[in-house]
Amino acid sequence: MATYHLKTPLSLEDVKKLKAGDVVYLTGTIYTARDAAHKRLVDLIEKNEKLPFELEGSVIYFVGPTPPKPGEPIGSAGPTTSYRMDSYSPTLLKHGLRGMIGKGKRSKEVIEACKEYGGVYFGATGGAGALLGKKIKSAKVIAYPELGPEAIRELEVEDFPVTVINDTYGNDLYQMGREKYEVKN
Amino acid sequence: MREVAYSDIVNAIKNLIITTATNLPEDTIKALEKALEEEKSEVAKEVIRQLLENAKIAKEEERPLCQDTGLAVFFVKVGEDVKVVGGSLKDAINEGTELGYKEGYLRASTCDCFTRENLKDKVGYNLPAVIHFDLVPGDKIEIEYAAKGGGSENVSRAKVLPPAAGKQGIIDFVKEVVSDAGGNPCPPITIGVGIGGTFEKAAISSKHALFRDVGTRNPDPELDELEQIILQEVNKLGIGAMGMGGTKTALAVHIEKNPCHIASLPVSVNIQCHSSRHSHITI
Repeated sequence: MATYHLKTPLSLEDVKKLKAGDVVYLTGTIYTARDAAHKRLVDLIEKNEKLPFELEGSVIYFVGPTPPKPGEPIGSAGPTTSYRMDSYSPTLLKHGLRGMIGKGKRSKEVIEACKEYGGVYFGATGGAGALLGKKIKSAKVIAYPELGPEAIRELEVEDFPVTVINDTYGNDLYQMGREKYEVKN
Repeated sequence: MREVAYSDIVNAIKNLIITTATNLPEDTIKALEKALEEEKSEVAKEVIRQLLENAKIAKEEERPLCQDTGLAVFFVKVGEDVKVVGGSLKDAINEGTELGYKEGYLRASTCDCFTRENLKDKVGYNLPAVIHFDLVPGDKIEIEYAAKGGGSENVSRAKVLPPAAGKQGIIDFVKEVVSDAGGNPCPPITIGVGIGGTFEKAAISSKHALFRDVGTRNPDPELDELEQIILQEVNKLGIGAMGMGGTKTALAVHIEKNPCHIASLPVSVNIQCHSSRHSHITI
């Protein structure tokens, strides 16, 4: 279990050194997107149209934050459950997405796509929205404002704490961790 | 007949909503501290440390503990000798809920089932609240409140077992629900179990069981024993905090039991994430 401090965008080399269970502190630009925004991104790729941000090396955070208080960039901003993005993530990984931040299990297809295209799925602590919101230094909506909390936001984060769940070698921390601590009757 | 002003209830509910979103109750904090001491996995310990740190930041800076500030769920016991003047009790609770969510900068999370359109402009900001009323003797209004997030509701389940399944059938069903849920409901969880009654009575009881302070013992010795057995069993699953592996998948099991039909044994399992935001007031 190693600890890394990485800057976004992430290179293939960056993600190749990560293993399931490693702790990573991310600094730089990341993008938010949930189900509705993912659907739109994949539609754009299928139509060969330009995406609202550069996908190559990017990191997407699955989050629907609370509204910011006056003078603050964002409200509480912890991860949402990731399986709802499973049908879209492989297409994005194929087109350069390098990292995803969420919580909960991913499908076989996503784990395979991480291996094939060189992507990593990070877990952030669900329900730690106040703590994680403080690691976000600025936020601006760059696409789909009509989606409200589900709009795509560009976030500047500093030492945003995540744990590698699925690495580029097909490992899955959820499975490994559970096997280690399971007591069979 | 005692009279209570509509506006007093609106204000009380508004304040309850705002403080509950930013203050993790003492019982939940204690349960997490105990889990931190007993947890064997270093990865899971780090998660629990973050949760305790999160609770501190949320309280000090009045930030919501979680971005999922939930649907507002109430259990309300209305005394038969109290009357609300200036409007209905139900409207007052909904109005207080809307004001609390708006003024507390909390998230509006209600939407239409099919179009998925947010209802904040059509019905009200995070409305409607889910309210369970009960009539009781006396002249007080007792209000229990919880902010219930989506992730842990998504993995909750109800089933009507054959009576022959007995206690073992209940233990196996709870274990199956928790095992299938894995890390999705944000463990360490609290498990509300409603046993008996009809199909919907079991479900409502499993929800109400979550309003009990986390980790307090059940006054019924038979249920207390069953709670301890189930807790031990689910903690053998190895899921751990946020599903990353560990010995503390659940903080507590809370059971409520009702008499049931001779032909059935209804069981409902309602899961609560680690951020058990609940509180109560008496008006």
